[in-house]
Amino acid sequence: MNLDQVDLGSLYRVSEVNAPKGAPQIKGQLEDIGFLPGEQVAVLRKGLLGKGPYMVRVGASTFALRQSEARMIVVESYTNV
Amino acid sequence: MSESKVHFFSSEPLVALLGNPNCGKTALFNLLTGSRQKVANYSGVTVERKEGRLTLESGKNIRILDLPGAYSLYPRSLDERVTCNVLLGRAEGEKRPDLVICVLSAMNLRRNLRLVLAAKRLGLPCIVVLNMLDIAKRQGLQIDTAALSNELGLPVLTSIGIQSDGANEIKQFLSALDWRNLNALRTGTSDATLENVASHIAHAESDNVQVQRILQNLKLDQIIPDHLSDRLDAVLLHPFFGPVILVALLFCIFQAVFSWATVPMDLIKSAIEYLGGQIVEVLPGGWLRSLIVNGILAGLGGVVIFLPQILILFFFILLLEESGYLPRAAYLLDRVMGSVGLSGRSFIPLLSSFACAIPGIMATRSISNARDRMVTILIAPMMTCSARLPVYALLISAFIPEQKLWAGIDLQGLVLFLLYLAGILGAMAVAWILQRITSEQFRMNALMMELPSYHLPRLGNLAISLWQRAEIFLRRVGGIILLMTVGLWALSSFPFPPEGATGSPIQYSFAGMLGQALAHVFSPIGFNWQISIALVPGMAAREVVVSSLATVYALSSSSVDAADALIPLISSGWSLATALSLLAWFVFAPQCLSTIAAVKRETGGWKIPVIMLSYLFCLAYIASFITYHIASALGLG
Repeated sequence: MNLDQVDLGSLYRVSEVNAPKGAPQIKGQLEDIGFLPGEQVAVLRKGLLGKGPYMVRVGASTFALRQSEARMIVVESYTNV
Repeated sequence: MSESKVHFFSSEPLVALLGNPNCGKTALFNLLTGSRQKVANYSGVTVERKEGRLTLESGKNIRILDLPGAYSLYPRSLDERVTCNVLLGRAEGEKRPDLVICVLSAMNLRRNLRLVLAAKRLGLPCIVVLNMLDIAKRQGLQIDTAALSNELGLPVLTSIGIQSDGANEIKQFLSALDWRNLNALRTGTSDATLENVASHIAHAESDNVQVQRILQNLKLDQIIPDHLSDRLDAVLLHPFFGPVILVALLFCIFQAVFSWATVPMDLIKSAIEYLGGQIVEVLPGGWLRSLIVNGILAGLGGVVIFLPQILILFFFILLLEESGYLPRAAYLLDRVMGSVGLSGRSFIPLLSSFACAIPGIMATRSISNARDRMVTILIAPMMTCSARLPVYALLISAFIPEQKLWAGIDLQGLVLFLLYLAGILGAMAVAWILQRITSEQFRMNALMMELPSYHLPRLGNLAISLWQRAEIFLRRVGGIILLMTVGLWALSSFPFPPEGATGSPIQYSFAGMLGQALAHVFSPIGFNWQISIALVPGMAAREVVVSSLATVYALSSSSVDAADALIPLISSGWSLATALSLLAWFVFAPQCLSTIAAVKRETGGWKIPVIMLSYLFCLAYIASFITYHIASALGLG
């Protein structure tokens, strides 16, 4: 499941980050701000009609991500870990 | 003006503050150094360098460097690259720091600790400071600093960036430190190279495992919900109320910028006029008096007069920034900005540009994406800066009748609003076109913007930042504008008119000749030769156009109310089509020379300023052409 498909407000864990071929540097950028395997993540709020930007809490910090960025982050439900 | 390096106490130990953005690092820097700070540029790059001095109890002075906030030591933005270069000892004109203070937000240990691990690998002596402990305690978070110190193998101090004595523990530690032997604080190998830092990717996951282990050992491995921010966000980021609140807020800020600033602006204006009057009385007539009054004094006045507006606007921007609202405004606007290929991050520079494009262009440094930054710089001059207001005011009061439309809206105000709107829409259109024509690879722009917790702004920090903005504006712009105004004064004053000349002296000067040549270019858009001449000095600063018109029409330019005297002259002399065309011209008009100078500084070359100048000229010309011909066709000629 990707971060753009999750339920609002539920807790997940990051399992991996897949950057698109054209922009491999985005993976590192997302990792720097905390999207690393095992991190706890929740989508707090979405824009109108479920589109971006998303307000995402990762670890203890909150970031605004675009839908395309959220799609790169693979998550699994919190209890499975 | 040169402002390359600041070496004002270079023999003293250098301590660098390193930390994530939003960890409270700058508040701590302000506590440590107070008013003894200097802001300059790193040589070769436009990232700001903040340095201050701390005097220890022993009387020893140390230099404290506030490094730009970084999420990692793998540089992605210009800011982060500077941080890395300083830590590696590669920053030009700067020694490698003797000590690094890693500032951690107690609220966000997880991400912050990864930066500490990366910093340790640099091999520099390191200490750790836990900041924001007060907030952490309030939220029931207990951090065992001794255990954390044990885990990291580094001393861990605590601080509270918002209390005036919040940095005492750090000051005491630094006082007791043996500065000649800092090796005890050195944990990594000392052969730090860029390759080691670049291998960050390889370290990222192992660092993360280590951080998770530390957090588990300290029993801090759970998320602390941020109830206050979440509750505020429920309102401020509400899909409907959020944008409504934002628009209301922006409206209030604009009101304040223009209404609060009137009094100080009038004061400055009369002070300059008084000074000019005094000089006129003391000095004999001639080119020297003209140089001082019409060149230097007018030039300085032209800059200083906008200071109140800029300070008021920055006061609000800094207030919103400190409180944590500004990134949220960018969040709310990301969809709109995204539709023309920009991101919400461009919002702040564009907002600043309404006071003056120069601070706006300087504010684009926070945009990490190079393409976004260039586009933002390119469109910033289309935001109606306050220098255009005197021109708008003159033309509107001369040509637009005072007339109430429906619901108490008056026509003059509506026209002014439309002029602002035209600038914004034009900027959006240009951004959209630039998005179409740049290659796919550069279109991949990320948002990834942190939304920090809300904080009560601290007045001390606000005052320090505001003072720095004022200083930067005056120093960077003052010199350039002064130079330009004096240059254009010379163009407008020499050569002197021949014996028995009947027109105003400017007609016979170089500026007059240039203006008359330009009149051929501008006649298709309805400008007469008087306007064309006034446009030449208007390039230095747009508000000069009004006084230049007064000069061309042979009114005494030192008369207090040049505009009032001009109104009857131009309203009988020009057609409405010409006036509308000139208004259209000023919506897009090629920006003043000081903006061009600022763009050259910020982009490091002439390419962008030349592109900017040419496209704005074309746009202004086309807009005026269309306006003039439609207006003429409607019988307004």
